[in-house]
Amino acid sequence: MCTVCGCGDTVTADGKPISHDEAHRLGLPHSHAPAFQPAALPFPHVQAGHHHYGTGAAGVSVPGMSQARLIEVETSILAKNDALAASNRRVLTALGVLALNLVSSPGSGKTTLLCKTIEALGEAPLAVIEGDQQTSADADRIRATGARAIQINTGKGCHLDAAMVGHAVDELRPRPGSYLFIENVGNLVCPAGFDLGEDAKVAILSVTEGEDKPLKYPDMFTAARLAILNKTDLAPHCDVDLDLYEANLRRVNPQIDILRLSARTGEGMAAWLDWLRARLAEKAT
Amino acid sequence: MHEMSLAEGIRSIVEDQARAHGFARVTLLRLEIGRFAGVEKPALEFAFDVVMRGSPAEGARLEMIDLPGQALCYDCAKTVEIAHRLDPCPICGGGKLIPQGGDEMRIKDMEVV
Repeated sequence: MCTVCGCGDTVTADGKPISHDEAHRLGLPHSHAPAFQPAALPFPHVQAGHHHYGTGAAGVSVPGMSQARLIEVETSILAKNDALAASNRRVLTALGVLALNLVSSPGSGKTTLLCKTIEALGEAPLAVIEGDQQTSADADRIRATGARAIQINTGKGCHLDAAMVGHAVDELRPRPGSYLFIENVGNLVCPAGFDLGEDAKVAILSVTEGEDKPLKYPDMFTAARLAILNKTDLAPHCDVDLDLYEANLRRVNPQIDILRLSARTGEGMAAWLDWLRARLAEKAT
Repeated sequence: MHEMSLAEGIRSIVEDQARAHGFARVTLLRLEIGRFAGVEKPALEFAFDVVMRGSPAEGARLEMIDLPGQALCYDCAKTVEIAHRLDPCPICGGGKLIPQGGDEMRIKDMEVV
């Protein structure tokens, strides 16, 4: 049901079905037909003119309640997050926005890669959501490139969730056909489990981290569509076997795309930009 | 992983169910947890006790049912059951397996009064 006006029908945006609530998020015209369902009244235990509530095992009376039973739930613990993520995905798809969830351990070079990517994409419309526990340092770096950015501070939280991203999307209002980069909290564990409504997760891994990283944190690399091996300019200085990195990535995810690049020197950036443009073109069709 | 967030997800579902079905208290809550879900069970038990305080599931017994981990082997193209994420294929010994199930984290049912 729509949380803005209280009605519950479905509308379409550009031929794609979205909910009433999502039509509000996109600012689309739609009808208002309130749906109201009154709650059942509590049923008392009646004994010769004496209405007695709360005599069962529970000791209280709640509208519509019986006294001891098993309820089949069969609901994913993350169902709420997943529903919000699906809503984000419908809104972003209706706009033809390519949303990428950038995940990595802290210090892999996500923000530097993003700044260089924004420069290289030139006039292409884009927006950035930055997630960190504290500080607006990363959003400040993104804004210095001229791009629009929102900083989300998660406090003690170890990951972004779909509600945080939904609020950020509503404020950013990404332009149709634009890129939306979501830089997640630097953490290779928790962000794997929380769908944000993105088109793909991009895992960034720097060559200084060790070839066994994909094996130590398989969930994240299983969930990612692309892995970027960053800081290749440092490879000669740290006795690293880049082929072993790739073999370990393919062991946990045989379908993963892999790119080697250095955001600092620009080596390999062209292939990353081609990957981005190809995904955006797919999104437009 | 993030067992506190999971416990908060459970609490929110319990509260929704309490409103929908009209019960006061949960006495037993059963979860199904896949082998690859990455859930640390003792951490979830601790978080459950803390997070359920003041909710209909305060003091409820928590039971966790293990679901097997299934994976597709890219070498022999068979779906196999494995105990650990990086185990080789039990049929052909291949090392490239992609999980096909076993990341479930769901509330199966609850006993309520």
